[in-house]
Amino acid sequence: MYRPRVIPVLLLDHDKLVKTVKFSNPKYIGDPINAVRIFNDLKADELVLLDISASRQNRNIDLELVKEIGEEANMPFSVGGGIKTMEMAQKLLSYGAERVVIGTEAISNPDFVKKLCETFGSSTVSVCIDYKKDFLGRPLVYSPHKKAVNQDPVKLALLMEEAGVGEIILQSFAKDGTMTGYDYEFLKNTAKKLKIPVVGLGGASKKEDLEKLYSESGLNGLAAGSLFIFKGQMKGVLINYPSSKNYTFSYERS
Amino acid sequence: MPQKIAVLDYGMGNHFSVVKRLLKFNCNAYITNTNKGINEADKIILPGVGHFAKAVENIKGLGIWDSLNEAVLIKKKPILGICLGMQLMAKSSEEGNVEGLAWFDANVIRFKVSDSTSFKIPHIGWNSVAQRKDSNLFSNISEQSEFYFVHAYHMQISKIQDILGESNYVYDFVSAVERDNIFGVQFHPEKSHDSGNLLLQNLTKL
Repeated sequence: MYRPRVIPVLLLDHDKLVKTVKFSNPKYIGDPINAVRIFNDLKADELVLLDISASRQNRNIDLELVKEIGEEANMPFSVGGGIKTMEMAQKLLSYGAERVVIGTEAISNPDFVKKLCETFGSSTVSVCIDYKKDFLGRPLVYSPHKKAVNQDPVKLALLMEEAGVGEIILQSFAKDGTMTGYDYEFLKNTAKKLKIPVVGLGGASKKEDLEKLYSESGLNGLAAGSLFIFKGQMKGVLINYPSSKNYTFSYERS
Repeated sequence: MPQKIAVLDYGMGNHFSVVKRLLKFNCNAYITNTNKGINEADKIILPGVGHFAKAVENIKGLGIWDSLNEAVLIKKKPILGICLGMQLMAKSSEEGNVEGLAWFDANVIRFKVSDSTSFKIPHIGWNSVAQRKDSNLFSNISEQSEFYFVHAYHMQISKIQDILGESNYVYDFVSAVERDNIFGVQFHPEKSHDSGNLLLQNLTKL
């Protein structure tokens, strides 16, 4: 039976694992390779690794690190962070990455995304759209170093679908690291408009949040950061991942 | 002498993770794109991600189409096609107007979805495989074990006895095939945790 993927999202600052709250104050978590090994043991469905300072510092995710992850990971993993060239994408895929995740470059250079899809195939390209609501509650595309971009994230998602991407990751700025539940309505309404898989990210605090997101929206990927990294009220670092058998996923397709 | 397993590199998809997994077992797995590499192998893996017609063009462009056919059909070397590699074993595909390897009486079609926003394509994720016949490839792998899938196209096969496994997304589709020395899986064993590792290990034991 098909079931949604439960996806830990690991943030990198160079070779260090970090976790943010509302895209700020990256807290040091540990060593990424060690985390990958633990998620292997816990049989995670898939991992997403994003270098959050790469674009801002005009570099890309560390190639050596990705190579090492490729050697360790027994599961599919996607990587993102400053990917701007075909050569870079090709290298990352050859190191075993299932998908490259394009963020910043998708906003300013949609043609690059199109070219990636044509060359490497739709299923190897994800686009991560970060969004933040303005004072009227309208969602706008958010770029960590360009701040709010005056663009509708749903329109951007549709444009990316047309460009051929195989998956859209939607991440809420306001929910990041807050562990207050997903932005259910927005995710549900956006997924309804798309024909390609959608992954929701931001706000999950317990497995019931993932179950709720799936039953309301039928999203293909349920992603979280803090949930799989922290344990307890004091937010002590403890990598965890409930077995897929512990979830009750149901969704009525219309 | 450890057996030699050739992992074919025709410029599409990653061979790195397949080889990495295989090297855990007692075998000499190597990446190749030459006739020599195919001829020296005891077994062959045909991986691949991407476009059907482009893959056929690439394999022909490398000049290894004939030796691949010879290795599989005449020398009867065991071969495992993964994802697009399995689809290439069909006669044709909706994805490009070219002939495939035609080792199975099959064609490849895009998932037929009536409501395209309800069932998203590609089919990405973990799905169970119902085993339709006994096979050494699935030795010690439980019925309905989950594997990782990423694909928008799937095989339609005419001979029911060639079907090794089926999965359900939108409807039941063929997710594994087997005839004699020829095996194909639509999913990615190299990314499917223990079940995937077992399957690759089974291949080394065939």
